[in-house]
Amino acid sequence: MPRRASRYGLRIVALGYLLVVLIAPLTMVFWRAFDKGADHLWHSLSDPNTVHAFKLTLIIAAIAVPLNTIFGIVCGLAIVRQRFPGAGIVNAIVDLPLAISPVVVGLSLFLLFGRTGWFGPWFQQHGIQMLFALPSMVIATIFVSLPFVAREVVPTLREIGDEQEQAARTLGAGEWTTFWRITLPAIRWAVIYGVVLTTARCLGEYGAVAVVSGHIEGQTETATLRVQDAYENFDLPGAYGISLVLAVLSVLVLVAMTLLKPKESSR
Amino acid sequence: MSIQIRNISKRFGDFQALDDVSVEVEGGSLTALLGPSGSGKSTLLRIVAGLEWPDGGDILLAGEDATTLAPQRRGVGFVFQHYAAFKHMTVRDNIAFGLRVRKRPRDEIRARVADLLALVQLEGFGDRYPAQLSGGQRQRMALARALAPEPKVLLLDEPFGALDARVRGELRRWLRRLHDETHTTTVFVTHDQEEAMEVADNVVVMNRGRVEQAATPAELYDAPANEFVMSFVGHAMRLGDSWVRPHDLEVVLDADESTREALVERVVNLGFEVRAELVSGEGERFNAQLTRDEAERLELERGQIVFVRPVRETVFG
Repeated sequence: MPRRASRYGLRIVALGYLLVVLIAPLTMVFWRAFDKGADHLWHSLSDPNTVHAFKLTLIIAAIAVPLNTIFGIVCGLAIVRQRFPGAGIVNAIVDLPLAISPVVVGLSLFLLFGRTGWFGPWFQQHGIQMLFALPSMVIATIFVSLPFVAREVVPTLREIGDEQEQAARTLGAGEWTTFWRITLPAIRWAVIYGVVLTTARCLGEYGAVAVVSGHIEGQTETATLRVQDAYENFDLPGAYGISLVLAVLSVLVLVAMTLLKPKESSR
Repeated sequence: MSIQIRNISKRFGDFQALDDVSVEVEGGSLTALLGPSGSGKSTLLRIVAGLEWPDGGDILLAGEDATTLAPQRRGVGFVFQHYAAFKHMTVRDNIAFGLRVRKRPRDEIRARVADLLALVQLEGFGDRYPAQLSGGQRQRMALARALAPEPKVLLLDEPFGALDARVRGELRRWLRRLHDETHTTTVFVTHDQEEAMEVADNVVVMNRGRVEQAATPAELYDAPANEFVMSFVGHAMRLGDSWVRPHDLEVVLDADESTREALVERVVNLGFEVRAELVSGEGERFNAQLTRDEAERLELERGQIVFVRPVRETVFG
């Protein structure tokens, strides 16, 4: 009996926590978005500036996610397979974006690309607008979503070991063939999971982008910045509407992953 | 294809894995690298395959220098102790891998894979995944995979080490038969002296990164080069200044000038043979191996005083 009680106790605590921290706020957003009816929701979502904000968010994610995926895999291979001196330091540095507040990241980019920053004058001379424009927003998003693929890939690479790769080499496969035919298929679920997390992080990024973008409505405003904008202008249904779409996008990404992922036992 | 290993050295940090090792492997032979763990035998095999780089020395394959050649260009097949199966591929795709990499025609690959599945007795298992096979089946698949591109040299790193005794015995005999049919130059690593003696034409005994002796199984047993080989290959005990094997000790009940006195500590019945565990007057412990008839004739029992006479003994200088 005590065992059964503790088992239910654990479940109640876990589910209760999820309910309070995750489910309740999301339900609230959903509820409030439809508060004034679907028509009003559609109206506020089809505002040109809101549509532009969603486009911008998707464009930034479309650049940041592939770059961070490639970087994450290359970085994971370097840390696990090359065993170069300082691999441990690199491994720790990859985690840095998790530890640093996005606002600080945004501020440091601001200083780097500003008029008196290290790189600012060079870009200015070549007529490239970094701050208050897409380039710095992409860099900020890349920075904050950097660790996720590498974090998934590193332990998986360690777990599978390099014997399969050695076997492929002795069977006549070069490094490139070995990577595509042996290594990548072996780590594919880690990569997919990392991509999902990276995508979710890119869609939700606020702090770093807020600092470098300049919040120019219809130009450098992403979906999350648009939520803030709508909220400050007392357009609460608008804010809830955009939030709803962002939440639905994230949930879709998670569902897609769950459907793609094989059952734990067959991994 | 012959293999010449010349003055190979390899160091891992403070550990000298190989120290100036030279070995000649004749083309078409079946050679065992035998030694205790840490003797450098696996490292040497991996250097021959190109999976490890030597610090010094040369590897010649068929007389050509291959020391700096990448593993995929050496034309060697390698079998790992833990199979190294490609887990995301079926058995068929595993075996076909080396042929696909070489871009062989589809029909040729299909025919060759079917032949190899038959050779390793895995017909009907082609569409399974490695996780659905037993250890012995996985290792046979790994062998078929290594053989598929028709390597000129087959290298096996403790190939049967992870298998249970019965499967190990079957695969040993199977490897020997395979070699007798194909005559592919084969080198395998083992720490099991029985396995080396049973399967190989030539045995290279290694210890602490050096070669102790390279010879046929019979030579190793009858004319060991030193005390290490004597004690590592077969059973041997020290008796005074000489080494003697348990079956080279005659046990008698009457003393003369060629015998020494011993006390029977234990009599172990091994079925066909009987092992008498003895202790000499000087406190040396040793065993004598007798047939059942001999043991019965002597009426051996614990606490008895007997006399032993070495029929054959070896003294190292």
